[in-house]
Amino acid sequence: MENIVSLKNIVVEFEDSERILKDISLDIKDKEFVTFLGPSGCGKTTTLRIIAGFLEPTSGDVFFEGKRINGVPPHKRNVNTVFQRYALFPHLNVYENIAFGLRVNNVPEKEIVSRVGEMLEMVNLMGFEKRSVNRLSGGQQQRVAIARALVNRPKVLLLDEPLGALDLKLRKEMQIELRRIQQELELTFVYVTHDQEEALTMSDSIVVMNNGNIQQIGSPTDIYNEPVNAFVADFIGESNIVNGCMPQDCVVEFTGRRFECVDKGFSPDETVDVVIRPEDVKVIPADKAKLTGIVESVVFKGVHYEMIVDGVDHKWVIHSTKAEPVGSMIGMTFDPFDIHIMKKTEEA
Amino acid sequence: MKKLGKIYLLLVLAFLYVPIFVLIVFSFNETKSRSVFSGFTLDWYVRLFHNRIIISSLVNTIIIAVAASIVSTVLGTFAAIGINSMRKLPKSVIMNITNIPIIDPEIVTGVSLMLLFVFFAARMNLEFGFVTLLIAHITFDVPYVILNVMPKFNQMDPHIYEAAQDLGCSPLKAFRKVVLPEIMPGVVSGFLMSFTYSLDDFVVSYFTTGSTSQTLPITIYSMTRRKVSPEINALSTIIFVVVVIVLIVKHTIENRAARKNAA
Amino acid sequence: MKLKYFSAPYLVWMVVFIVVPLLMIAYFAFTTDDGGLTIKHISDVGQYANIFVRSIWLSLVATAICLVVAYPVSFILSRMEKHKQGTMLMIVMLPMWMNFLLRTYAWMTILGNNGILNHLFGLVGLGPYKLINTSGAVVLGMVYNYLPFMILPLYSVMEKIDKSLFEAASDLGCSSGQILFRVVIPLSMPGITSGVTMVFVPAISTFIISRMLGGGSNLLIGDLIEMQFLGNAYDPHLGAAISLVLMVIILVIMTVMNQFDPDDQVLM
Repeated sequence: MENIVSLKNIVVEFEDSERILKDISLDIKDKEFVTFLGPSGCGKTTTLRIIAGFLEPTSGDVFFEGKRINGVPPHKRNVNTVFQRYALFPHLNVYENIAFGLRVNNVPEKEIVSRVGEMLEMVNLMGFEKRSVNRLSGGQQQRVAIARALVNRPKVLLLDEPLGALDLKLRKEMQIELRRIQQELELTFVYVTHDQEEALTMSDSIVVMNNGNIQQIGSPTDIYNEPVNAFVADFIGESNIVNGCMPQDCVVEFTGRRFECVDKGFSPDETVDVVIRPEDVKVIPADKAKLTGIVESVVFKGVHYEMIVDGVDHKWVIHSTKAEPVGSMIGMTFDPFDIHIMKKTEEA
Repeated sequence: MKKLGKIYLLLVLAFLYVPIFVLIVFSFNETKSRSVFSGFTLDWYVRLFHNRIIISSLVNTIIIAVAASIVSTVLGTFAAIGINSMRKLPKSVIMNITNIPIIDPEIVTGVSLMLLFVFFAARMNLEFGFVTLLIAHITFDVPYVILNVMPKFNQMDPHIYEAAQDLGCSPLKAFRKVVLPEIMPGVVSGFLMSFTYSLDDFVVSYFTTGSTSQTLPITIYSMTRRKVSPEINALSTIIFVVVVIVLIVKHTIENRAARKNAA
Repeated sequence: MKLKYFSAPYLVWMVVFIVVPLLMIAYFAFTTDDGGLTIKHISDVGQYANIFVRSIWLSLVATAICLVVAYPVSFILSRMEKHKQGTMLMIVMLPMWMNFLLRTYAWMTILGNNGILNHLFGLVGLGPYKLINTSGAVVLGMVYNYLPFMILPLYSVMEKIDKSLFEAASDLGCSSGQILFRVVIPLSMPGITSGVTMVFVPAISTFIISRMLGGGSNLLIGDLIEMQFLGNAYDPHLGAAISLVLMVIILVIMTVMNQFDPDDQVLM
C-alpha cells in the first residue's frame, strides 16, 4: 500500500497568532479507513480542511499521490467531503443534490442519470429522487450527503463528524453502512470524530490528537492496549491515572506503595503517570492487600458492574463481574503487565 | 372577555379607517364642502386625470422609485455579501453606520444630504433635481436591502458554499449556484421594501429635490397647503384602492406559499 | 478573490452619503460663514427651549397613548388563531400604506372649523369647537400616523410567546392581572422598547403633522429645522445646530430605553 495523502510539518496559525496545529506530519495509506480522534478544539477538523483545500497551512506541505498540492483550490482536488450537518443545498431536491458535482463538471446527461441511480441504490434512497432535502430525516440527509460526495468518484472521502447529529441507534447502523461502502468501493476514508467508540469500531488506523499535536498513530488495538501517554489512555476507554515515580527498573511507587511492573529505562525516581484499566483492577480481600479502599457506588452496566472505590489518594474505577456491597472495605491488586507506566507529557 | 376584545379591536379599526373613508366619500361630493354631502359626482376624478402636475409627478415618482430600488438592490446585495465575510469588528462598525439612516429622524437625513448637495452645487455643475433625488433615495434604500439580505446569510448553512466548491465549483460559480438562490428571498423583499419607501417618501425628497423633479408626495403636500382641493380626495381613493389590491394579492401569494410549505 | 471586497462600492457610498453629510451637520453647527469655530449656534438653540420642551412633551404623550392603545391590540392579535392572524395584521397595517400626508389631510377635513365633527356637533346644537390648530390635534395626528409602528413590533414579540407559559403561570397561582405583569410585560419588553423608539423618533422630528394640524401656534423641532433650511429664516448653521441637539436628545432617550431591553437589541 502506498501513501495517498501526506502531510509534512503542517503548522496553522490564526491571525491572533493562536496555534491551531503545531507541526503535524502524517501519512495516509491508499484504501485505508483513517480516523482523526480527539476532543473538540484539538485540530482534527482543521487537518481535514487542509486536505480538502478550504484552509492553507501557515507552513508545511500537503501531498496528494506524491504531488505537492498546496494552493490547489478545493474544486480542483480529487477529494470530496461529507460535512458536519451535511450542508445539503436546500433549493435542490435529492436527485439534483446528488447530481450537482456531475453537472458542474459537464458530465453527459445520460451518464448523470445512471451514476445518480447507482448512488441512490447504494445509499438505499430509491424513490426519494424528487423529495425536497428539507423534508428528509437526519439519517436520510446523511445518506444524500454521502451519495453526493461519492458520485464524483473521489480517491479520498473526507468525513467531518458525519454521524454527530444522529441518535444512537441510527449512528450504529450508519457506522456499519459506512464501513461497508468504504470496503465495497475500495476508497480511502478520512474520518473525524470525538467519539472513541466510533473510532475503535470503524477504523483501520486511528490518529489521536490533542492541542494541535498528534499524540499517537496506530491500529485500534494498539491504541487501546498500548497508549503512549496518559492523555491517550484516558481518552480511549476509561482509565485510572495516578501520579507515581520509578525508584528503579520494574518497580513503581504510587499512592505510597510499591508495585512490581514490567517497564524499565526511566531515570531513578523519575515521576511518571501510572495507567491502569478498570477491568485490570483485581478485587481481593482487604486483609491480604497492599492497597485498600471503601466501595462508594456500584452501577450495573450490563456486562459488568462499575464500582467507584475510594482509596484515600485516588478514586478507583473498577469493572468487575462481581459486585461488592457499598460501604465495604476491599483490597485491590494488579498484575505487573497491567500496570502501564508513561512519561509525563508537557501539557499534563 | 373575548367579546370585549373584539369590541376593542373594532374601535381601533374604526379609528384607523374612518378618516380614510371620509376622504373616499367626499371624493364623490358634488360641492367643495368638507362637511356636507350634497350630491354624487365623478368630476374630481376627471379633473385629477387632467391635472398635468399630478400626472407628471406620478411618473417622476415611479421613475425615481424604480431606479433607486434597482440600484439599491444591486449595491446592497453586494454590500451584504462583503460585510458578511468580514471579521467581527469592521462588520459591526459598518452595520452601525448602515443603521443610521433608518434610526435617524428623516428630517436629519434630508437636511444632511441637502448640506452636502449645496456644497457640491456650489463647486461643481450639480443642480437640485433628478440626480440629487435619486442619490438621496438610494441612500435611504440601501440599508433596507442590506438588513433584508444579511439575515439570509445567518440562516444559511455556511458549509454549502464550501460543499459546492468541494464538488467542483469555482468560488464564483459556487456563489451563483448555491449562495444566490439562498439569499434571493432577502434580495426580493429588500427590493420591494426600497420600492415602497421610495414611492412614499416625502421628508427626504422635500429637502433634496429641485423645482424640476417633483414627486407625488411633494405635489400632494403643496395641494394640502391650499385651502380646499377635493382632487386630493379622489387621489386618496385611487391610492387606497391600489394599496388594497396590492396587499390582497401579496397576502394571497404568501398564504399559498405557506400552505405549500406546510403540505 | 476575497468576498469582502464586494462591499467596496457600498462602503464608498456610505462614507460619502451617510458619514460625510453627518459630519457636515457637525461642521456647520460649530462654524460661522467664514469658517471660524464658534459655539454661538449651539447656545442660540437655547432660545428655542420652549419649542424643544413642547416637542418632547407632545411626542412623549403621543408615544404613551400609542403604547396604551396598541398593547391590547397586539395581544389580541397574537392570541388569534394562526390563520386569522395574518389577515388581521394586514387589515391593521393597511392604512399605513397610504401616504401619511393623505392620512393627515383626512384629519384636516374632519377636525376643521367647517369640518365634519363641527358639522355633526352643530346638528345637535353644540359648538363649533376649536379642534384643529390645537396641540391636541397634533397629538392625535401623531397617534394616528404612528400607531401601526407600535402595534407591529409588539405583535411580533407577543406572537412568539408560547401559550403554555400562561398556563404554567396560572398553574403556579397567578391571576390574570399577575400573568400580565409577571409574564406578558416582561417577555414583551423588547417589543415595547422598539415600538417606543419607532413612534418617538418620527414624532419628535415631524414638521408635517404640526404644520397641517397644529397651525402656526404649535411649532415643533422639525418645523424649526425646516425653517432654517427652506423657510424664510434661512440659517443652515442654526439649523445644523438644532439638528445636532435633536440627535443628542434621541440618542439619550434611546440609550435610556435600551436599559429596559434585556437583549439590548433593536427589533426592526
